Amino acid sequence: MTSSAHHPAIQRDFEDGSRSPQQVASVAPALAPLPPKLSLKGISRNFRSSNQHDLLALEGIDLQVRPGEFVCVVGPSGCGKSTLLHLIAGLAQPSAGTVLLDGRPVDGPDTGRILIFQDLGLFPWLTVIQNVEFGLRMAGVSKQERRFRSRNYLRLVHLGEFEDSYIHQLSGGMRQRVALARALATEPDVLLMDEPFAALDAQTRDLLHDELERIWRETGRTIIFVTHNVREAARLGDRVLLLTFRPGRVKREFTIDLPRPRHLEDVEVARTARDILDELRDEINKSREAEYRHDKTSR
Amino acid sequence: MTKRAARQVLFYAVLLGLWILIAGLKIWPPYILPTPKGVWEALAAGFADHSFWIAIEVSMRRIAIGYGISVLLGVVLGLAIAGSKFLEDTLGGLLVSLQSLPSICWLPLAVLWFGLTEKAILFVVIMGSVLSVTIAMETGRQQMPRIYAMAGRNLGAHGLKLFVYVLLPASLPYLVSGLKQGWAFAWRSLISGEMIFVSLGLGQLLMLGRDLNDMSQVVAVMLLIIAIGYLVDGLLFRTLERRLQEKWGLSPAA
Repeated sequence: MTSSAHHPAIQRDFEDGSRSPQQVASVAPALAPLPPKLSLKGISRNFRSSNQHDLLALEGIDLQVRPGEFVCVVGPSGCGKSTLLHLIAGLAQPSAGTVLLDGRPVDGPDTGRILIFQDLGLFPWLTVIQNVEFGLRMAGVSKQERRFRSRNYLRLVHLGEFEDSYIHQLSGGMRQRVALARALATEPDVLLMDEPFAALDAQTRDLLHDELERIWRETGRTIIFVTHNVREAARLGDRVLLLTFRPGRVKREFTIDLPRPRHLEDVEVARTARDILDELRDEINKSREAEYRHDKTSR
Repeated sequence: MTKRAARQVLFYAVLLGLWILIAGLKIWPPYILPTPKGVWEALAAGFADHSFWIAIEVSMRRIAIGYGISVLLGVVLGLAIAGSKFLEDTLGGLLVSLQSLPSICWLPLAVLWFGLTEKAILFVVIMGSVLSVTIAMETGRQQMPRIYAMAGRNLGAHGLKLFVYVLLPASLPYLVSGLKQGWAFAWRSLISGEMIFVSLGLGQLLMLGRDLNDMSQVVAVMLLIIAIGYLVDGLLFRTLERRLQEKWGLSPAA
């Protein structure tokens, strides 16, 4: 937080005073000491790699996320971004440290924290609506009730007419929306998204950014969004966390106080992205060097 | 498609024509080469006096029970082996080597264990088909993308629910060929088993035809066995494959 005090986006807000009173008011409670929705304390995670060396993927991650906050995590490939989400989702256990949700330690997967995987993991043997209601079905919600709720979420992502389609019949952007609806249907407190839009074309991604921002405002979910796209992070996040290359540590935090709704082309978004990218470049270079070394040794 | 159908009709018509022609030459007596008419009459007579119906019912009941147990056992066993390195190294290897044993070889053992009972024949059917299902389930569980199980767990499925609603449907494209092969093996094991010890059923009807020197009945029962095998394949497995293709898109297991 301290490092972001000198960030140009914030300075701009203070200098030109262009923000409306409501916007200032909406930021104010966040500054009050509200109990965090999610807090990570000294999280480390290592993997046993092939040549018996322990690979440290994450080291000493401390993070506090406010309820309803949109946090983006950027970093070079191999910085443990995905691992971080798996740990919060409870699909993997940290080697050290604890993950707390509403002050209670996380010790396994729970529908209160839903992860949208990079490859989505939609179930091809189920129709669109059956995918969306899967979580409710597992929770024992009655058929009528879960149909009703799932339809609402499908409508929210503009897929109301496709409820009986199978996954392979949908385009990439539509699949992405099914995954979003499926994740929202269990009404999780925390939504974890792992480079969800990486495989989409630019237009579809723009559209989904708008929709995600709208849905986030309408549902008030806490979102942690992992991406390697700095511009995307600046466009979506309230805060952007920059991780270092192996082991992943928090290098810097950027608070993005730009007004919403934002657009990818906004000058301020671009400028912020540029600032983040300047910091990120070193880490990307380290990741490249490591790859190069790996190539040389494996040859 | 119509061209294909026309070819098939033509092929079988020529085959039937040749049969009529050669049988009509009366080079061999009818107990060596029956006439199509004789086979047709044997079929009609068999259905008229209910002996074929009874045999079909008995055989179908046996295969339903035997194959059903095989599938259940195979799925559980396959999952267990896929989930445990120890079982994979031990039981997995044993099962593969057992596959080279023709299932009818289990009959003498089964008869000594269970006597000339239904249990013995069911045992042979199960031993014939359980290995195919087990091995298919094992590879299916191993090759299935890990993401399905993770997504399932994340959405609140665990234990039996995870198995029934995620692992089983996710492995079905890999499992279906094993189910099909298991069925074919089960059907063969059943008929051979029934031929060797007397106990109603289609296999026994076949042997009865031989004992009576009634070649028409032998061929009629053979046709029946082919027809049932073909029908089950078409109704059960091709429907299953078509459903899978509809849901998963083309070439699900790739």
